[in-house]
Amino acid sequence: MSEIMEKLYFYIQFPMVRKALIVGVLIALCSSLLGVTLVLKRFSFIGDGLSHVAFGAMAVAAVVGLTNNMPLVLAVTAISAILLLRTGTNTRIKGDAAVAMISVGALAVGYLLMNVFPKSGNVSGDVCTTLFGSTSILTLSKKEVLLCIILSAVVMAVFVLFYNKVFALTFDEDFARATGTRTSAYNLLIAMIVAAVIVLAMNLVGSLLISALVIFPALSSMRVFKTFRSVTVCSAVLSVICALLGMLVSIVTGTPVGSTIVVVDIFSFLIFYLIGLLKEGVKK
Amino acid sequence: MALIACKNLTLGYGGRVIVKDLNFAVNTGNYLCIVGENGSGKTTLMKTLLGLTPAISGGIVLGDGLKRNEIGYLPQQTAVQRDFPASVYEIVLSGFCGKSGIAPFYTAAQKKEALENIRKMGIFDLKGRCYRELSGGQQQRVLLARALCATSKLILLDEPVSGLDARATEGMYSIIEKLNKEEKITVIMISHDISAALKYATHILHIGADCFFGRREEYISLKKAEVTDNE
Ligand SMILES: Nc1ncnc2c1ncn2[C@@H]1O[C@H](COP(=O)(O)OP(=O)(O)OP(=O)(O)O)[C@@H](O)[C@H]1O
Ligand SMILES: [Mg+2]
Repeated sequence: MSEIMEKLYFYIQFPMVRKALIVGVLIALCSSLLGVTLVLKRFSFIGDGLSHVAFGAMAVAAVVGLTNNMPLVLAVTAISAILLLRTGTNTRIKGDAAVAMISVGALAVGYLLMNVFPKSGNVSGDVCTTLFGSTSILTLSKKEVLLCIILSAVVMAVFVLFYNKVFALTFDEDFARATGTRTSAYNLLIAMIVAAVIVLAMNLVGSLLISALVIFPALSSMRVFKTFRSVTVCSAVLSVICALLGMLVSIVTGTPVGSTIVVVDIFSFLIFYLIGLLKEGVKK
Repeated sequence: MALIACKNLTLGYGGRVIVKDLNFAVNTGNYLCIVGENGSGKTTLMKTLLGLTPAISGGIVLGDGLKRNEIGYLPQQTAVQRDFPASVYEIVLSGFCGKSGIAPFYTAAQKKEALENIRKMGIFDLKGRCYRELSGGQQQRVLLARALCATSKLILLDEPVSGLDARATEGMYSIIEKLNKEEKITVIMISHDISAALKYATHILHIGADCFFGRREEYISLKKAEVTDNE
């Protein structure tokens, strides 16, 4: 035990490890706050969908011959996120189907373009980074860490200030609109912060992990808690604990960070599932 | 001036007409009952009045300085997801969402009023329970309490007593009557319960093959005339 502690202590001395811990915790916190709404609005897979959109954009950038494709990719991903979410629940195509359509469509178009114009530089490398995170989370620059901190602070402030609106819109958008809430403005706001978090997290930790961070804490808390507030608080706490634990384990054992966090999330889900079953059993 | 006036209003979905050329006006303090067969377009009319469904043609004018966030609404059905985590109190309180505008939090007075409305609906002991785990009638009362929170001038109710037991139905009608008589809140209610409609309403709107709009007395005499005609 003390050996592990010593090893941890040794690694924590490094600024890059501390930076990675901070960024990981902040992203876990933000995505879990939004996760409850995303899961309830049938947008669980938005992270995966958007990474395919990013892939499509990269293919286009490669074909056009852009050397620095980052701005284009970011813009396209953010716009797709807003288009997907802004419409809210009043669309003909429901959330999950819309995400699936965009994701498959972008993937197909991107792959087709790469085949028709096979001059692209390093698209497969780029694809890998959108799936698993660009810079390994340990090589973040100071600028990236700062951006992450600012953005997380904004997301948290918006979430706390608009918590009541988020609940009203998620629970019954028609009622909110009928009784004078400016739902389209709030939908746009929610969509913008979701887009910001997802685009940022996609670059730092990859879309596989962002999907897990969105889905698992929310679903775990919903097994046990039955009010919106308790589910939100619980998933935020749970997400931070799992991310921290996952990162520490990966430091000690040398396993890949992203997948370790996801495995910890899976364990926490199993535990909450069991607690949920026990609670139901006690009631009966 | 009327609180809500409809001029040559044509309702429908995607160009398919359901009701044509409706004309009626509701004044402050009125109690309007909308009656008609299943599928005749009552819910569609209510959604159009609320701005949830666009009208095909014609216009709706809000008068008397009526603002959208002074309107309470009870939907006919709310498609809530199977495992949506939300307590009764959270849902009722969300009725104030429109009224509170840009303000981020609900006030102490609003929280008190939400509890008061929960008590009025006789579900006070359920206030911490999960909405999804309630019976249909209990859920209906929760949504009614939420509608009361949103109301300050006008309340629109889509079949408010469907799913309620006899006692709750009586209680419901007396709450609406009180709201109308004492707090001067205008009521527009869809109902299949004609006898109650004739008992409480000041005006009747019948939607169907032949539309009718007028005072309750006119509707009663019209119905009497129809009966004698048939004999
Ligand atoms: N979203 C929709 N899209 C297309 N048509 C619809 C839609 N909702 C309702 N309709 C159609 O519009 C017509 C009127 O429906 P509406 O719900 O207004 O009836 P209603 O008078 O409220 O009936 P009920 O007494 O059963 O509640 C029906 O024929 C229905 O099939
Ligand atoms: Mg109806």
